[in-house]
Amino acid sequence: MIERIDELKRAGEAEVSAATTTDALEQARVRWLGRRAELPNMLRGVAQLPPEQRGPVGKAANEARKALEALIEARNTELAGAELDRQLAADRVDVTLPGAPLPPAGGLHLLTQTRREIEDVFIGMGFTVAEGPEVERVYYNFDALNHDPAHPARLRSDTFYVADEIVLRTHTSPMQVRAMEQQPPPIFLIVPGRVYRRDSDATHTPQFHQIEGLAVDEDITLADLKGTLLQFARAIFGDEREVRLRPHFFPFTEPSVEIDVSCFRCNGTGHLKDGSRCGLCKGTGWIEILGAGMVDPNVFSYVREHGYDPEKVQGFAFGMGIERIAFLKHGVSDLRLFYDNDLRFLRQF
Amino acid sequence: MKVPLSWLHEHVHPELTADELSARLALTGTEVERVTHHGVPSGDHFVVAKVLEAVQHPDADRLRVTKLDVGEEQPLQVVCGAPNARAGITVALARPGSRLPDGTKLKKAKLRGVESNGMILGESEVDIGVDHDGIMELPDELIAGTPLGNVLPLETDVLELEITPNRPDCLGIYGVAREVHAATGAPLGPPPWAHEGGREQLSGALAGIDVTIETERCPRFTARIFENVTVGPSPYWLKARLMAAGQRPISNVVDITNYVMLLTGQPLHAFDLDRVAGGRLVVRDGRDGDTLETLDGETRRLDPDMVVICDADGPTSLAGVMGGARSEVVAATTTVLLESAVWDGPNIQRTSTRLALRSEASGRFEKGLSPEGTLEAQAVATRLLVELCGATVREGTLDVARPSGWDAAHATIRLRDTRVTGLLGADIPRTRSAEILGALGFGTADADDGLDATVPHFRRNDVTREADLIEEVARIDGVDNLPATLPLRRGASGQLTQWQQLRRKAADTLVGAGLHEVIGWSWSPQELADRLRLPADDHRRQSIAVENPMSADHSVLRTTLLGGLLDVAQRNVTRGTSDVAIFESGAVFAPSGQELPHEPHLLGVLLTGALRPPNWVEPRPPRADFFAAKGVLAHLLDTLRVTWKLEVSSESFLHPGRTARVIVTPHGGGDEVVVGWIGELHPTVAADWDLERTAAFMIDLNVVIAAVPGPAVYADYTSFPEIRQDLAVVLPATVPAGEVVATVRAAGGPLLADAGVFDVYSGTQIGEGNVSLALRLAFRAPDRTLTDEEVGERRTAIEEALATLGGTLRA
Repeated sequence: MIERIDELKRAGEAEVSAATTTDALEQARVRWLGRRAELPNMLRGVAQLPPEQRGPVGKAANEARKALEALIEARNTELAGAELDRQLAADRVDVTLPGAPLPPAGGLHLLTQTRREIEDVFIGMGFTVAEGPEVERVYYNFDALNHDPAHPARLRSDTFYVADEIVLRTHTSPMQVRAMEQQPPPIFLIVPGRVYRRDSDATHTPQFHQIEGLAVDEDITLADLKGTLLQFARAIFGDEREVRLRPHFFPFTEPSVEIDVSCFRCNGTGHLKDGSRCGLCKGTGWIEILGAGMVDPNVFSYVREHGYDPEKVQGFAFGMGIERIAFLKHGVSDLRLFYDNDLRFLRQF
Repeated sequence: MKVPLSWLHEHVHPELTADELSARLALTGTEVERVTHHGVPSGDHFVVAKVLEAVQHPDADRLRVTKLDVGEEQPLQVVCGAPNARAGITVALARPGSRLPDGTKLKKAKLRGVESNGMILGESEVDIGVDHDGIMELPDELIAGTPLGNVLPLETDVLELEITPNRPDCLGIYGVAREVHAATGAPLGPPPWAHEGGREQLSGALAGIDVTIETERCPRFTARIFENVTVGPSPYWLKARLMAAGQRPISNVVDITNYVMLLTGQPLHAFDLDRVAGGRLVVRDGRDGDTLETLDGETRRLDPDMVVICDADGPTSLAGVMGGARSEVVAATTTVLLESAVWDGPNIQRTSTRLALRSEASGRFEKGLSPEGTLEAQAVATRLLVELCGATVREGTLDVARPSGWDAAHATIRLRDTRVTGLLGADIPRTRSAEILGALGFGTADADDGLDATVPHFRRNDVTREADLIEEVARIDGVDNLPATLPLRRGASGQLTQWQQLRRKAADTLVGAGLHEVIGWSWSPQELADRLRLPADDHRRQSIAVENPMSADHSVLRTTLLGGLLDVAQRNVTRGTSDVAIFESGAVFAPSGQELPHEPHLLGVLLTGALRPPNWVEPRPPRADFFAAKGVLAHLLDTLRVTWKLEVSSESFLHPGRTARVIVTPHGGGDEVVVGWIGELHPTVAADWDLERTAAFMIDLNVVIAAVPGPAVYADYTSFPEIRQDLAVVLPATVPAGEVVATVRAAGGPLLADAGVFDVYSGTQIGEGNVSLALRLAFRAPDRTLTDEEVGERRTAIEEALATLGGTLRA
């Protein structure tokens, strides 16, 4: 009986070792250790043996089975590993093919991106965002902004009219007066929006976008305007920027200034690294970005009963063109591209 | 305003280059558009020469060979083609090495075999004048060899200033000089009219002309008469100045009027008095039927909103804009009536705009000139007419005012020290304020709390309040020197409103879905309504017309975003980008019955072509259709957490079988609201824009955002499990899937947490005219684990409800 066990073990071991695939190995396992195989049957039949044989035969059979199992397990690991390797080798892909693309993301129009960027800078400085009607009364667009009755901007050659006293707003400034009618000081407000002027060439489109700013309290100064716009300029054009105030004239601010930012292409030097003249700032080192000033007392007089006594409150206002900021920052060559909406343009930003 | 520096330097001469001066002016409020150079690049090699001999060129009829004394031992031989080249005259010579205004460099040359050492100059060759007929003849007392630049204004830098409309005083060289004086501290020369003080004989009445003002639009009219005038060319210095300032020389009398205007800012007009009919002028409003031939040869029709100067024969000058041909100064003129008047600015502006006739004079009058300036200009012109035209001035000055007269008062304004500091945020000492205001021509006197400043006549319209004085002080002291501070921001807290946040979210969601934002025009062409086949009573035909559009394409304010989206899609497809997925978020305009229109804020989406670029995984991606658009709409409205649905509807411009209205339910209940439409473009409409199958939707963003619920409230999803089941039902194809789902939801009751279609099949197996829908159901209770019995009950109810729609369950 013991010899037979030994025989079975050796034969089993030989077949297991000879198996070259996991399938063959499995066949071997079934033959030598399966339900009908001789060795397990022997183990099951131990009870029928004479008592003195039970111990040695049972032990030998069990050891043989364990040895065979261990051998199968080891052989299986070996064969399965090899087979997986073959499988993986066969599964090789051309890694240089393009990836399976996600649906491409779209994009916000550059003007919206720029508008949000500017809005967020001023929100961070405590300004709220208001919007007003694009079709506006002459009263808010011109009269209450201290425009002389003969101011040329009122002419039909310059401004779109839809009725005698109704225009397409020529700037976002009408919201200055509308907002002050609705809210007593202090007021810190920006007004982004679409505006209209009868002008069309590479640097003018009849429709464009502005952002108005208004800050009114008891003690807002021109120096505060400078500080506020310095923060803005640095946020938009880089931390190295400086701003410069140049006196100018606007009907609704006094004093009025234009704000220049130091040129971000030549770093304010007026010339490029190769010594040539900087084309962006035309060699001056400064780029005009917006108009501003202290709110004219005549404007306050239109909202005096809403808490804006020109002897008691003062403040600054500014207005910038979103197209101009985007155009400067991104080097857009022709403002009309903004309204052409060619996807080859839109996808660049 | 062109300011030749050489002319400016006669009145103020800061030790600054043109660029330095420009920078200083820019920082004090006078923008310099550009700095140019007038005349020759440099005066080198230009000399005074005397013609010793001039003989006929041996081989050229029109040329002469001259020998010139240039102050050297040997005379110089120069060939010259001018008819007036002759021995004995003194001329201007450009020697080899000199450069002409156009940059040409002169060299020693041979003309028809004869050596020529330079060129004898005519005035046009060095931009001194426009006469091409010969060479300049200089005064004989000049010494040969003298550098020409010492005796003729050969070159100057020119500042081109942008003068803001509030500063007509800077439309004259002397006004600019005053500004330069204040900005740089360089001393200002006396006013060019100062010499006339004390000439009593000119202050009396003037005989020989009578002027009546019958309109309020002429505050002041002054005139003088000059006799024995000899009309001829102006001297070279005068021509050169006019040329450098951008004015073409004409004749001495006309040149003097222009010169005085450029110097003082006050336009003048010279009449030939002998051609003024009746010796009497009337200044009056125009009358319908009046006509006038202006100096430019055009015949102008006048009307009551224009002002004319008339003589006995009718209108003879268009006041403030242009003189008339009938009384203009000509070569034979001997007696000149010189008008110096001021006019109502807005009226002049209207007149010149309506006649499309802008002149140097109208450009100044329209800004409102001071009445005092009239006599200052008369004084300067009087001296020049006497000196340059040999004229004698008749005693007396005519000086009349409009019926209501004019106010010669000078306002005095208090400038409080505290206001200066308070408004600017920096201290400017009172002495500095006084210095600045004084330099600008203001009178100043100390007061308790500041200064009393008296406004000069030439700033009367511009400076009327304390704030205006503060601006004057600030801009000259240098607004750029201010510190950069931040406001205290009491009560300021920056944030977007909820509406602004959600509008951003809507746009971001569409961007995430692969769409590009476009920005269209707020206008559309009138005929868009027809192209969209809108019915006669469609509200989108109720557009607001622009009274003065820039083109027919922009004749009305848009009532829909669709026209712009279609235009953009067409443009892109035409240019080769055939797959377009775009949106616009913006206002449209509708009459409201009120003064201002409604401005709903719409969101429009358009899809055409492939939804995604093809790739090797998906070589034929799906193309835009109704469901692609609906997918985008669902993505958008679900992201905004709005309750919504579609209902079959129709729009004239959409595919009749693929159109729906978009309906949202306001959060917290309330009536359902139609917020827009969705559909595939009608093929005829799409073809009109050269598009293939195109899908779109448009919704009113304000209304959608109003339906957005507040913050989402947590719902327990872990404590009790969800039971999922699938269900397939065969229905008549006429039953909309939306109705099936709604029916299932209603029958499922509160325990049915979710239900949706996940497959649709139609084919012969299920019978003609039928459709099979596969639905996924999810049952859940918030407070317990559902039993099989409970779920079975709901499922039975659902199956029964489906049967009422004609549905039978598939095995």
